[in-house]
Amino acid sequence: MAELNTGGKQQPRVDLTAMVDLAFLLITFFMLTTSINKPNAMDVAMPDKNEEDPEDRLEVADTRTLTLLLGSNNKIEWYHGDYSNPIEGPEIVDYGKEGIRPILMKKMEQVKQQTGKDLIIVLRPSEKSTHRNLVDILDEMNIIKAPIYMIGTISDPEIEVLQRDNLYND
Amino acid sequence: MPRVKVKRASTTIDMTAMCDVSFLLLTFFILTATARQPEPLQVDTPASVTQVKVPDDDLGLITVGDGGKIFFGVVNRNARTRMLELMSEKYSIPFTPEEKAQFSTIETFGVPMGNLKQLINMGPNDRVKPGLQPGIPTDSTDALSNELFHWIYSARVATKELKNTEMRVSIKGDADEKYPEIKKVIDVLQSQKVNKFSLITSLRAGEEL
Repeated sequence: MAELNTGGKQQPRVDLTAMVDLAFLLITFFMLTTSINKPNAMDVAMPDKNEEDPEDRLEVADTRTLTLLLGSNNKIEWYHGDYSNPIEGPEIVDYGKEGIRPILMKKMEQVKQQTGKDLIIVLRPSEKSTHRNLVDILDEMNIIKAPIYMIGTISDPEIEVLQRDNLYND
Repeated sequence: MPRVKVKRASTTIDMTAMCDVSFLLLTFFILTATARQPEPLQVDTPASVTQVKVPDDDLGLITVGDGGKIFFGVVNRNARTRMLELMSEKYSIPFTPEEKAQFSTIETFGVPMGNLKQLINMGPNDRVKPGLQPGIPTDSTDALSNELFHWIYSARVATKELKNTEMRVSIKGDADEKYPEIKKVIDVLQSQKVNKFSLITSLRAGEEL
């Protein structure tokens, strides 16, 4: 083999700095996109339907339950206690930290003080609410760390309340 | 007095090894990054603050969008094939091994059982045309007409057989989809005692809690 590096001549050197810079930039890009691109999963547990024994239900005190009716136009109507004889409400609020969150915080504290037990939040999405509303309110439950909450079915008198307050539009 | 001559070190570093390593890593990341498959039903998921990522395996994904169209897909490829076998038994529609192999490449689909053969024999690019697939039929009964029920059930059986784990179910709903459409899917899940599932959301960005 012929010796290439004869005569003490310096081998031409290429400056690789720019190339390394670029390679690392691309590495960073690919590393980040692989994990960021993945969507998130919000876990939901529905109450068991219990079709075999529908009478086997646990009665809870009205003072502990707060019901949120999800209506149209991105509004919530909430009441505390039993529907026919509410302790407080029904009142219309918005989603988010300005709307429903202070009420939930206040109620959680109040119920804890009065009864010594946790507040039970019942979510009742109406047919006119959207999937976004459901996710938003479940998200709210996670944010305030609601101890007990469940998704229920809306009843006819409750739909009437929403209709009365013009929250049952398409 | 003669001055002490400080020997200047050369500032050029040999970058060859570093370049090698970085390109090796780059190649690795490019190859492992999975190319995003085109979806036949595009949905805009609602945002939440949840940071739990979707699991990679043993997942059944129900997509709801475009006015209540329901699509279904299983992540694991072997489970897809097994699911199709179970379904072809149930509906007495035979599939050839080629069709089964072709089906295992379909990420998500939304056609009635009768049109599935037609869908399988289409080209991969024709399949994902928006509006082509009408969605999987559902109604509230457990009879054979509720195909979504049987797809989910078969997928769960297939996952149990292959991996001996319970398949997780996720619902990917469009943000503007009305609640009854989502409720329909939840009812189907509950009718087979799947009370725990997850909702796919995107990350809520730029909002203070």
